[in-house]
Amino acid sequence: MSIRSQILLAAGSVAAMLALAPAHAQDSIKIGLILPMTGGQASTGKQIDNAVKLYMQQNGDTVAGKKIEVILKDDGAVPDNTKRLAQELIVNEKVNFIAGFGVTPAALAAAPLATQAKIPEVVMAAGTSIITERSPYIVRTSFTLAQSCTIIGDWAAKNGIKKVATLTSDYAPGNDALNFFKQNFTAGGGEIVEEVKVPLQNPDFAPFLQRMKDSKPDAVFVFVPAGQGGNFMKQYAERGLDKAGIKVIGPGDVMDDDLLNGMGDAALGTVTAHLYSAAHPSAANKEFVAAYKKAFGQRPGFMAVGGYDGIRLIYEALKKTGGKTDGDALIAAMKGAKWESPRGPIMIDPETRDIVQNIYIRKVEKVDGELYNVEFATFEAVKDSGKTKK
Amino acid sequence: MTTLFTILFDGVAYGMLLFVLACGLAVTLGLMNFVNLAHGAFAMTGGYICAVLVNNQGWPFFAALPLAFVTAALVGVALERTLYRHLYTRSHLDQVLFTIGLTFMSVAAVDYVMGSSRIFIKLPAALEGQFDFFGVGIGRYRLMIIVICGLLTVALQLILAKTRFGSRLRAAVDDPRAASGLGINVPQVFAFTFAFGCGLAGLGGALSAEILGLDPYFPLKFMIYFLIVVTVGGSSSITGPFLASLLLGIGDVAGKYYVPKMGPFVIYTIMIVILIWRPNGLFGRAAAR
Repeated sequence: MSIRSQILLAAGSVAAMLALAPAHAQDSIKIGLILPMTGGQASTGKQIDNAVKLYMQQNGDTVAGKKIEVILKDDGAVPDNTKRLAQELIVNEKVNFIAGFGVTPAALAAAPLATQAKIPEVVMAAGTSIITERSPYIVRTSFTLAQSCTIIGDWAAKNGIKKVATLTSDYAPGNDALNFFKQNFTAGGGEIVEEVKVPLQNPDFAPFLQRMKDSKPDAVFVFVPAGQGGNFMKQYAERGLDKAGIKVIGPGDVMDDDLLNGMGDAALGTVTAHLYSAAHPSAANKEFVAAYKKAFGQRPGFMAVGGYDGIRLIYEALKKTGGKTDGDALIAAMKGAKWESPRGPIMIDPETRDIVQNIYIRKVEKVDGELYNVEFATFEAVKDSGKTKK
Repeated sequence: MTTLFTILFDGVAYGMLLFVLACGLAVTLGLMNFVNLAHGAFAMTGGYICAVLVNNQGWPFFAALPLAFVTAALVGVALERTLYRHLYTRSHLDQVLFTIGLTFMSVAAVDYVMGSSRIFIKLPAALEGQFDFFGVGIGRYRLMIIVICGLLTVALQLILAKTRFGSRLRAAVDDPRAASGLGINVPQVFAFTFAFGCGLAGLGGALSAEILGLDPYFPLKFMIYFLIVVTVGGSSSITGPFLASLLLGIGDVAGKYYVPKMGPFVIYTIMIVILIWRPNGLFGRAAAR
């Protein structure tokens, strides 16, 4: 190809893009979905992406006369990428929402951009309390760690567990989990007999578990990143902690529906507090689980529910504003929104823009040959205590 | 006192596992002078083969282990003949670039085919749990690792030191030109050695799934550990990496038990101290080639 024809081609394609762009921008509403689709957090990204697709299949891709267009970007859970992608989406693609965010640093990295561009940032996964305080345009549909950790602390103290050894991964969410648990558990009269923080990249739990066993607690409180929960449970059983009568308690992240079946019977009897179980006995959830299984061949976990509710919140807000995409109007429409999610009744707190939801105490049991978190107690309308205590 | 023995036992099992995973690297790096950072990818291959056979095809665990070895070795020999061969004479930088690229490709490929979440291999009931031996808790699975890896080590040492193949290999490494002049088929010896190293990694990968966890990032996560074993042990023999693996395994487990706050650094501290004391590793050759 000669240089002249290359220039002509380039000029032609630029002209074509310019001609297409404005027509495109007017009649569609764009959602920039930034998720970790590769790397260690990829299962989070895939679940949310699936759930968003499912919701749009079920409810159509038009709201208030406008077509919804989702642009998926992979940040690999690296905050620098998140920031760059969010900027590209806002400046080049002119998106009306940014959504997703698999981990806390990613959600925080995008926060100043949401403030500057005055567009809603819908957090569908990341769970640290401070996130919603970083921009008046952040709304969360997932959970905060404080919600499940304080509840399991209260529950343990009231249900005959006196001495607890803790094993948490040494990173921000792990430390959060530990502090919230400790605060409520010791306030309820419990005692922490051993406190171990394990490195995040930890290949072998054996020495830490031996330490747990030797300190003879009633229960072990555990918080490790989702993927490591299975290894932990297997080694817990291998070392005979279950036979020594030591229970496992924790926030439900460790017993994610996504991974539960792979853990084997070692996980039976584990008690966790969490916002969602695929076994939640409501009609809305049964329908959701069936549709999700049919579409993607596996059961949804709590990350999928965060994504499902997130896209629903965007749809509802657009309905209220009649398709107007003014950021402040959308945030106003999202505040106080209430609906029946697959996880149960939820609400967006009008003051904090954070989620208010039921936290369930569940026990791992075998249902039809598969492992499920079966709910047996409910704490209703739990707010994020990370904020209310201030 | 019994706790001390349990810790020691866990440490030995962990060290043995490290050894089987890393000794292939010691062979390629030390004997063939080739930097193969993709070593972990072969371990991962073995691990996933074993997982698929046991979980999906219903094979017994002990039948799947040899197949993990064979498959990883076959993949190894195929890659050696097609790709690695061309890099033997290139600089170490080229080798590093090539093999790290291969590692990233393997990570992406496994992520695509098998998904990114961690997988487990269903173990026979006989291997689960712990039994009491004079008050010392002995994990059945870890005991099996020690037995298998111990036998392998003895066999390896015998092959290298006593057999004709071993002497050919050592000759081919010391001076490839003279060796081929004596009628030794040097490329064949290297290909076979490389395949064997990959096979061992595959076996190690299958054995380690239970303890270290198996996901597509395995080759990257454990590359550091393999390299530590080889640098600390020195790469001129099998004994060096073996002792280094045991030392690191026991040091790591004991460090995490007794000083959990320092846990992750113990293994690095050991490495730094040993390398200051003996820069070429425990059994390194005095001068570089």
